[in-house]
Amino acid sequence: MSTLAHVFEAAGIATVTLAATKSVVERMQPPRALFCEFPLGRPMGKPGDAEFQHAVLARAFAMLDAETGPVLEIYPEVIEADETPLSCALPPRFDPSLPAAVDEANGMRKAFDRALERRGVTSVGRVVDPDGVPGALQIFDDIANGALWKEAGIPGGNTTAVCHDIRTYYEEAALELVDGPPPSGRSAEAWYFESTQAGRTVMAARVAIKEQGAPHPVWFYMAPGHR
Amino acid sequence: MAGDEMMRGVGDGLPVPEFEAAAWATPKPLAEATVAIVTSAALHRSGDEGFQPGDTEYRLLPSDARDLVLGHWSPNFDRSGIAIDLNVVFPIDRLDELAAQGVIGAVAPRHASFAGNQPDDVATIRIDSGPRAAAQLKADGVDIVLLTPV
Repeated sequence: MSTLAHVFEAAGIATVTLAATKSVVERMQPPRALFCEFPLGRPMGKPGDAEFQHAVLARAFAMLDAETGPVLEIYPEVIEADETPLSCALPPRFDPSLPAAVDEANGMRKAFDRALERRGVTSVGRVVDPDGVPGALQIFDDIANGALWKEAGIPGGNTTAVCHDIRTYYEEAALELVDGPPPSGRSAEAWYFESTQAGRTVMAARVAIKEQGAPHPVWFYMAPGHR
Repeated sequence: MAGDEMMRGVGDGLPVPEFEAAAWATPKPLAEATVAIVTSAALHRSGDEGFQPGDTEYRLLPSDARDLVLGHWSPNFDRSGIAIDLNVVFPIDRLDELAAQGVIGAVAPRHASFAGNQPDDVATIRIDSGPRAAAQLKADGVDIVLLTPV
């Protein structure tokens, strides 16, 4: 972001950078930076809260009044991510002949479809579409149970992309199943990796792929680094 | 360690490019300015080509597009926020409201989206795709850019 601030400014366009990491803007010194200690992935702080978002914008745009720079300001409110798993019901076991994660993904489909109908768009589809999610989980279940990752038929041959699609399918579906205010940053992630059969299967496959000697990027980016 | 704490720690240790002579553009008054968003969230329209890992190109997003999906490759940030409300990353509705109120002059016709996870030297963005995007927004009459990361 700070690189683009310098580039755009050189083209004659004034910039305000919403900064997620303070030490980076301190070192790179974009002309105007507002460091917001909000959950990563939520640079405007609060989804669904127009008033809060306007307050962030007002603070950011006020920095355009500075006559010289670089200027770094710190947004006065801190919002921390909460890694307590979202409280979200999971479908009951329906077909015991299937691996638990595959059965579960089938059971999440109606919630996913409601999410898609309401939002009109989905971020699932990098290498598998919603129909392909249960099959992708079958492959990871196979790998967790001893199949070789190179021969298991990972869609697109890309673990990161498949894992993005599975996780996004679950997170978009989960948002249809919870009431109340929007969940905190990372609580949906914690629910997916800690509470769902899919998340557990992905993590088990990740361990298996690592133990099979796969290159670091193949297994590491299947989940957030701290997991 | 919590995920955000770990990732901010990673950021603390990352090498950063140096800019010896920092440019400084003096903006028009906000109420007369045309404002665009430039994000590093790798947003793209759902029917358009997605971003590849290490993609140094950008996508232009029309101001009325709301069919935007997340093309970023990192698993290390919250994605539920943008699934709830696009504006938490790409505050386009907020800009529309500010334009209607006369706080900003206008919302730009197009915005730009890059992928944040770049090679360490960010050379291509710095000398090629970044200046190209800036020139396109400049040709659209953009005076001010709000940069939003993920």
